This record gives sequence, structure tokens and C-alpha cells, in this order.
Amino acid sequence: MRRIRPETRWAYVFLLPWLIGLVVFQLGPMVASLVLSFTDFDLIGSPEFVGLGNYAKTAQDPKVLRAVGNTVYYTALHVPLSIALALALALMLNRITGRAAGVFRTIFYLPSMTPYVAVGVLFLFLLNGQAGMVNQFLGLFGIEGPQWTTDPDWILPGIVLMSLWNLGSTTIILFAALRNVPRELTEAAMIDGAGRWQRFRSITLPMISSAVFFVVIINTISALQMFDQVYAMFFGNQIAQQSHGDAALFYVVYLFQQAFQFLHMGYASALAWVLFLVIMVITLIQVKVGNRLVYYEAEEHAG
Amino acid sequence: MTTTLDRARPRVEAGGPADDAGRGSRKVFFLVMLSAASALFLYPFVWLVVASLKPRSRTFADPFVPWPHPFAPENYLAVWDAAPMLAWLVNTLIIGVVAAGAATLSSAFVAFGFAYFRFPGRNLLFGSVLATMMLPAAVTLVPTYLIWNSVGLTGTQVPLWAGNLFGSAFYVFLLRQFLLGVPRYVFEAARVDGASYLDLFWRIAVPLARPALIIAFVFELKASWFDLMKPLIYLQDPALYTLPRGLKAIVDQFYQGGDPKWEIVLAASVITTLPLVVIFFFGQRHFVQGIATTGRR
Repeated sequence: MRRIRPETRWAYVFLLPWLIGLVVFQLGPMVASLVLSFTDFDLIGSPEFVGLGNYAKTAQDPKVLRAVGNTVYYTALHVPLSIALALALALMLNRITGRAAGVFRTIFYLPSMTPYVAVGVLFLFLLNGQAGMVNQFLGLFGIEGPQWTTDPDWILPGIVLMSLWNLGSTTIILFAALRNVPRELTEAAMIDGAGRWQRFRSITLPMISSAVFFVVIINTISALQMFDQVYAMFFGNQIAQQSHGDAALFYVVYLFQQAFQFLHMGYASALAWVLFLVIMVITLIQVKVGNRLVYYEAEEHAG
Repeated sequence: MTTTLDRARPRVEAGGPADDAGRGSRKVFFLVMLSAASALFLYPFVWLVVASLKPRSRTFADPFVPWPHPFAPENYLAVWDAAPMLAWLVNTLIIGVVAAGAATLSSAFVAFGFAYFRFPGRNLLFGSVLATMMLPAAVTLVPTYLIWNSVGLTGTQVPLWAGNLFGSAFYVFLLRQFLLGVPRYVFEAARVDGASYLDLFWRIAVPLARPALIIAFVFELKASWFDLMKPLIYLQDPALYTLPRGLKAIVDQFYQGGDPKWEIVLAASVITTLPLVVIFFFGQRHFVQGIATTGRR
């Protein structure tokens, strides 16, 4: 038998926690959840093999359709809006810099320190159709605001509005990227007579494109898995749930209900794998598109 | 995505006095715009705190008056009577510190293994660290529940932190990057002086990685404090609830229920939020650096 170097043995001592966790809490559950997704399992009896039955069911379940629609609608609005707003804030921060920029950055991040349940609760009040602050604010301009928390047509826009309160980390990432754009480049372009829009379009944007790409990906992944705020506002309680039908049903909320309310553990596992595959496909597409659009400085130097 | 914040860049100032004046007025414009944005971001907080200090009949009254009138601090006494807020606060703090401490230390331990040693299979195993970052929590949700159920720990607080004992991919990655920046001779010199590998970890790697350890700790503390799903799944006894789970119970009872007590819901929301905001003010440098270097939210 080949002797294992003591150094290698020690390396594995340090890696042991990771290896245990990988097997027990990652790979094991992954395999288990894949196997469960082919069964009917209600926690009490033993799992019963149903083949692709659960996957066939997801395709026909009207609630899945609704949840997918809501989640996609939310993601499609939240991601571009939040990034555009965060970019606008970061660009302005970059123009003032200094101590004031630090103070503003802190203020913009503060909402992100509010636990999601509290965010949901706070916006139940702010978005209240009769007397909420948002509608009172709109009233100042003579606009009669909608019933954000009860009108099925307005629940999702209300949730998007709420999500825009949480721009802090996106702003910080984009601001950090902007600060690393060499000033000499924009100065040089200015001397060459490039206008403001042209400087932004052909220098700033390419230089921060990898950061923009990064926030697009992480914001998309987290938007697709939206749960806490929505659950706090609209679920887990008969009255809340009846008042809006399925207008606030997000994919992970439905998955959670299937698993822990109805104990359809097999079906919930199938839903989880569908989500996993969808996230992978979307991320891959974004990476493919991103690689064509993103400017990487290192490549340019090497080529 | 490693960037250095707050680095002073030499500025090339072009143009004469006229140009400076133009720049100055533009700066004022941006200051005004940013102040307006700040007001929008801060107002929900102000409204929350003010409304929590008003009697129920006035909750929605005068939404743009930034002080409570009439002043009703007794809401904060009522909330302790309506629910075991103190127990929830203590639960949240203990679970948060244990969860964050466990994630930080175990991740540092593993990260040191990846950063210091060269051994067969290292790249493959480090690939597993990166790969698990991609796995949505939903995939492992049901089997993880079955694991805790099979060992009889559902209904206890253990599942809320015990998974953190095995290193967390994000922090392993962050800490490994940090430790790779430590010159190798620092470790080798200690080896020559007879230090064991555990000494290298505990006496050299841990003290040197302190800034990164603090980032990992504050982020995991925040994540634990935010968590709603795990308490929903694992806790049945209200005495064991964390603040978010407790706040959810309060909303269900007093906002959505037949007997609305908005002032209690609002005061409980403030109590759930305030400790984190205080922590943020003390540790904001670490949050900002952590976000800029890891992209964690």
C-alpha cells in the first residue's frame, strides 16, 4: 500500500467538516430529492413509485401555471427596474464621492437590514388601499391609488414596488465597480470631445459590464426564489389567503405549501427539481449572452 | 469580484475656473437628487417607528408628520404582554450567534485546508464548493427535513444552526481567497519553529484572517436573523420561536385576524428590526466590504 503523506492526511482533517456536510447535507439530499420526485410520499406511509407522474402533474397543475406566471412577471419587472435604479444611484454617488457618498450609501443599504418578514409587514401598512402612505402620497398629486394588497391585478405591482426598497447591495456593488473605472479614460475621452452620453455608453458601461452582469445573475436567481416577504404578507393564515386568491402565489411559496402544508413530499421534490433546472438554464443563457456583451479587461491585454 | 473600496484615486483635473463652476453646480444637483432618494428610502422606517408610537385609531393618520401625536409609548408595554417578545429576542440572539460562530469557524477551518495544503483531489473538491453555491435551497429542503425528522430533532432549534457546522460554500470561498493572500513564508517560518498544523490555523491563519472572519460572521448573523422558512418548518412551540417567526404569528393574529391590533404588529416589527440596524451601524464597514467582495446581499 502506498504511504499517504502526513501532510495529505492533515489536509483531509481540515477538509473533514466540508466532506461530511457535502455528503450529508448536499449530495445525499440531492439524490434523495431526485428519487423522491418519482414517488408519492406523505411522510407517514412509505414512498410509492409513480415514475414521471409528478412531473406530468406539474405540467397540468393550474396552480403551478399561476405560480410560474407570477414569479416570471415579478422577476421580469424586478431585475431590470432594480438594476436601473441602483445604477442611477451609483452613478450619482460616483459624482459626489467623499464622505457624503458614504453617508448616502449607508442610507441606501439600511432597508436591506430589515428582516424580510418585517419588510412584508411594513408594506402591508404602506400599501394599504384605503389609508396607506403610498396612496396618500399619490393622493397629493390627485391620483387615486389602487388596492395594492387586495386587488388581484395590483398585488404583483405592489410586490415589485416593495422589492425596489431593497436596492442597497446592488447599489454598493455597482458603486464599487464605478470607482474602479480609471478616471484617465473618461478624461481622455472628454478631451477627445466625447459627450456625456457617449462617455457613459462607450467607456463607463463597458468598464462596469462584468459587475452589471453579475448583479443581473444574482438578482434573477434570488427573484425566482422569492418567499419570505410574500409569505409574511399573504400566506399562512386563512383570511390572508382567501382575500387574494392566487394573485400572490410565487413558485417557492407553492413548493413550500405542497411540502409542509399538504405533505406532498414527492410532488414538492419534483417542483424543486423543475426550479433547479429552470434556474440552471436561465443562468446558462445569461452567461452565454453575457460573454458576448461583457468586456473583460484581462482578455484585451492578453490578446 | 474583488474591488478595493474607499481607495483614493488621483484625480486629473482638467479645465479652468469656468469648468470648476460647472462641476460644482452639477455636484449640488446630484446632492439634491441623492437627498431626495434618501428621503424616499428612509421614510418607511420613520413611518414605522412613528406609527408604532401612536394609538391604534391614529395609525394611518398624518402619514407625513414625522413625530408621533398623540404619543403612545405604552404600545411597547402592550407588545410584551401580547407575546413572549423577550424570549423570542433571546432565542434569535442565541441562535444567531451560534449559527454565525459555527459557520465562520468551520468555514475558516476548511478554507485553511484548501489554502495551505497541496494534495490530490484538491481542485475537484474546491469545485464542489463552487458547485454547491449554485444549488437552490429548495432542492435539499425536503430531504433535510427528513434527516432532522429521523433523528427526532424537528420541533427543536437544532436544525436552525447545526447545518452550519460543516462550512458554508460562500464563506469557504471568501476565506480561502483571503488566506491565499497571506505569504507562504509566514506559515513556513512557524513550521520551522515547530508549530503544528493546528497551530498554523489557530495562531496564524485565524488572527490574520480577522477582517474576513468578521465579514462572514456579520453576514451569517444577518442571514440567521432574517430566516423565516426554517423556523416555519421546524418550530411548533411558540416559546422556541425566533423574532421573524414570532412576528409572523403576531401578524396572523392581530393584522389579518378578526381583532386588529395594529400598534402591536408595528411595535413588534420595530423590535424585530432595531437590533440589526444597531449591529449594522457598528459593523457597516464590514457589510460594505463584504458585499463589494462577495456579492452577498
